[in-house]
Amino acid sequence: MDLTFTPEQEAFRKEARAWLEANVPREPLPSLDTAEGFERHREWEHELNAAGWAMVPWPVEFGGRGANLFEWLIFEEEYYRAGAPGRVNQNGIFLLGPTIMEYGSEAQKARYLPKMASSEEVWGQGWSEPNAGSDMAAIQATAVRDGDHYVVNGQKTWVSRGSYADWLFGMFRTDPESERHRGLSFLLVPLDAEGVTVRPIEQLDREAGFAEVFLDDVRVPVENLLGEENKGWSVAMATAGFERGLMLRSPARFQNTARKLVALYKETVGSGERIDPVLRDAVSRTWMDAEAYTLNTYQTVSRLLAGGKIGAEASLNKIFWSELDVKMHETALELLGARGLLLPEAPAAEGVGSWLDGYLFALSGPIYAGTNEIQRNVIAERILGLPRS
Amino acid sequence: MRFHFTEDQLLLRDTVRDFLDAECTPEGIRALWKTETGRSPEFWSSFAEVGVPGLLVPEEYDGMGMDEIDLVLLLEETGRAGLAEPVISTAAVGVPLLAGLGSQELGERWLRGVAAGEVTLAAGHLASPFVGDAHIADLLLLPHDGEIHAVPRENAELTHQPANDPSERIFTVRWKPAGETRVARGEEARKLQAAALDRGALGCAAQQLGVAQRLVEMTVEYACQRKQFGKPIGSFQAIKHMLANVQVRLEYARPVVYRAAHSVARSSEQRGVDVSMAKSAASETAVAAAKVALQVHGALGYTWEQDLHIWMRRAWSLEAAWGTGAWHRARVADAVLDSGAPAGTFGYSAPS
Repeated sequence: MDLTFTPEQEAFRKEARAWLEANVPREPLPSLDTAEGFERHREWEHELNAAGWAMVPWPVEFGGRGANLFEWLIFEEEYYRAGAPGRVNQNGIFLLGPTIMEYGSEAQKARYLPKMASSEEVWGQGWSEPNAGSDMAAIQATAVRDGDHYVVNGQKTWVSRGSYADWLFGMFRTDPESERHRGLSFLLVPLDAEGVTVRPIEQLDREAGFAEVFLDDVRVPVENLLGEENKGWSVAMATAGFERGLMLRSPARFQNTARKLVALYKETVGSGERIDPVLRDAVSRTWMDAEAYTLNTYQTVSRLLAGGKIGAEASLNKIFWSELDVKMHETALELLGARGLLLPEAPAAEGVGSWLDGYLFALSGPIYAGTNEIQRNVIAERILGLPRS
Repeated sequence: MRFHFTEDQLLLRDTVRDFLDAECTPEGIRALWKTETGRSPEFWSSFAEVGVPGLLVPEEYDGMGMDEIDLVLLLEETGRAGLAEPVISTAAVGVPLLAGLGSQELGERWLRGVAAGEVTLAAGHLASPFVGDAHIADLLLLPHDGEIHAVPRENAELTHQPANDPSERIFTVRWKPAGETRVARGEEARKLQAAALDRGALGCAAQQLGVAQRLVEMTVEYACQRKQFGKPIGSFQAIKHMLANVQVRLEYARPVVYRAAHSVARSSEQRGVDVSMAKSAASETAVAAAKVALQVHGALGYTWEQDLHIWMRRAWSLEAAWGTGAWHRARVADAVLDSGAPAGTFGYSAPS
């Protein structure tokens, strides 16, 4: 065990820091869940990609930097430290990308990954349907083979980034006789195809972060099938593992929030305001939890680089980061008192409005990527070995 | 950057686990409860053959000359086994404290004996008024007025303080500080005492991981067997979710404890905070595991006869040993919230 960085890793950090300091937009971009913000974020991704920073751990041939996962963690630390924009293509680059690397043909890798790395194609995630939420195996949308195409029909909902994305990945029933997990296939669907209707949904935070997608006799080429026909469930589980596990929420995100929370606490103390000692405890506890999350991630990466795999323990991760995120933002709002209610544009908000935004977003964490109750079932059954209900 | 143990370290862990499975059984623990000392010299001497008490003893005194990264997994195993011998005070605290004094005379006299399994050590510290295992220790290492004293047991007057956990043997100690008992003073004593507290707390944290792990294992096993409403109770979500919550805590306490072991072994500047985070996280995990384990076992768990309480009581004893979880959380809060810049792990430890 050696918890220090090598000189090469330190040099990598320096290089990333220098580039980010010179290139991160001075003013925050408009929200990526608005039409204007989405395009501005896409331009930022082009910039990142041109400089070779878009996909640090991907192979060079697919638009990556060819670095390892420790370097990715270092890059993420620098990225958050620099206050760089959110990643508009996160469903593509962090979830679908690794899935294509694992299950895709060489032709699919070459076709999709470079354009994903550059965000020329931004991806939405099409898991849920009106009657298939936590019970994802209840998917009803169908894909019927017709020559060299599938004819796709049905409805997807809560499609993250669906409002402005170019493509959608999701699961469709290819075997009409099948039930539950069997007979599903993982398809890549262009959202500009004929028969696709996208209806943005206004979220709790008033933005159109997700959408409903209606598919009406949409013709999707057979080569857009990822993995084997009727065996999409295992492909989707790999994607869900990336989502819950390592890639989607790197520890720097939470360390950065914890650091801001500590600063907010100190400012509040400095202003002479009376502070409930419970809040002092909450601030230091969440700071400790952000550290624990970081340590756990470094440990996981160390294990992966030594040849290990991520399995059901991704569910442990998802519970931990989503609940930590809520707790940090709740604590911040309590420290802010009445100012915590202000929207960022309120004149008296003086820069603290982002805590409210962050809080509303954090509240979605225990729901998306499989609710935390589903994760607890996964932990109980697949890690602890308790019997299925 | 490499955050995992070597094959050799894992192998030694497995050896110690097998040894403890055979030599530290619930029946054996219960038998010791009924004895006057509550300790087994025979056990200790074979434990020394496995190498644990002398793991940190320098090779020049016949020890293994290893460090806390090697030791942490083994202490975890002692927690899993419910072991209450003076392993923390001897192997984790006393040995490096004596070795840190740099006296060949003390080394020859005591460290060689520790490695041979013939000597055990007790250690006092400022976060607790009690000294564990003082009744069987050959030498007591005690803080006094900014100094450290090494007091042979026969020169100390011990009062046993019966505690909730029959495995726990703790004492108040009266003794007379003298020139010949003093082994360190001033800055040296302060540093050694601070390191001793961190080593003791790290040892407890490691044991707490093992205690929590064992509580989860026992409870899962019970929940798979026990049937109500015609099904194993472990198939009910109310039970699953309680146990899953403990597993989440355990998963996130473990790397914090391992990192603390690394910080102690490397004498990191962050050592104190890192250890306090570990003690707090592991302690809360074990205490939470005890509560869930009892609830899932129901009335059966509330009996003296069921072995569950061996580990529940270990969780409570270790919570209070070498600074409570609350004491350690306060130390973290002071460092993070009252100092100039909060430290942080990895990228966040670098100056901005």
